[in-house]
Amino acid sequence: MSGANFPQRRTDPVLPRLTERFGDAIVGTHSQHGDETAVVARDSLHDVMAFLRDDPDLSFDMPTDVTVVDHLPRTPRFEVAYHLTSTRDLRRIRVKVQLDASDARVASVKDLWPGMDWHEREAYDMYGVTFDGHGDLRRILLYPEFQGHPLRKDYPKTRRQPRLGIEDPG
Amino acid sequence: MNLKDTLPPNVVFTNADALINWGRTNSLWYLLFGLACCAIELMQAGGPRADLDRFGAVFRATPRQSDLLIVAGTVTLKMAERVRLLYDQMAEPKYVISMGSCSNCGGLFDLSYSTLAGIDKLLPVDVYVPGCPPRPEALTEGLLVLQEKIRRERYLVRKAA
Repeated sequence: MSGANFPQRRTDPVLPRLTERFGDAIVGTHSQHGDETAVVARDSLHDVMAFLRDDPDLSFDMPTDVTVVDHLPRTPRFEVAYHLTSTRDLRRIRVKVQLDASDARVASVKDLWPGMDWHEREAYDMYGVTFDGHGDLRRILLYPEFQGHPLRKDYPKTRRQPRLGIEDPG
Repeated sequence: MNLKDTLPPNVVFTNADALINWGRTNSLWYLLFGLACCAIELMQAGGPRADLDRFGAVFRATPRQSDLLIVAGTVTLKMAERVRLLYDQMAEPKYVISMGSCSNCGGLFDLSYSTLAGIDKLLPVDVYVPGCPPRPEALTEGLLVLQEKIRRERYLVRKAA
């Protein structure tokens, strides 16, 4: 792609900037072929995300996705993965937070990107991870009466839930 | 002398049921409604190549004007409530074609946590069209089968339930 106003892809690493700025709050980093991942301490997540968005050199302006990985039976069990994109620099970064099953909650970043709203609701719906400060954390894909969180590893794969008075023998 | 011979040649004798059913079979308006990939085939069936229009079946954008509900695709439990609502909003007499494996029996998503395994748990189904998804020819065949069923109905004699 070319063109006078088309953004140029930047390939210089982002992770050193994070470790320099946040130090111990960056629990781990990973980089392969330019795909960078930072594992962040839970309490620092909101600060790190705000930095990634607001720093003029980074400018990660697009919330691409929020997913959760269930590592049962490993502890910590859950890993929330945020995918961010910079539309100016055409680069991406993943930010991960590890959560214990007994306390699966993390600060919401909906206030930074309005687009995080539905991503976080989906992550809550499918995995039961709570996003503190979200304010409207309802199920988004399933119906309100649904019990449990179906993408958790311990959700029985043949479990049927009654709905509309229809008992489904399966 | 035959009575028919006294009448002009453009007069036809029939019975009321046959006349009404002739009209009903050839004006099966279906609801513009699709749920999943089967809806793509439904669009093809309504398009110029398969052309359901030639059987008098055109889509209507509201259940109030529809005679036929084609359940085209996977029915999730969340959607099932809405499907039932649309069906309830249609005026009698109304018919249902279940299109594709998901709608027939759950199909590929039979064991999923969020799907209804067969629309017949929710609505009375007149014709099942198998396939994943059925080709437009198969849906056309389903429509013709339904027309045949309507043609045999005694519309004016309503059976007691």
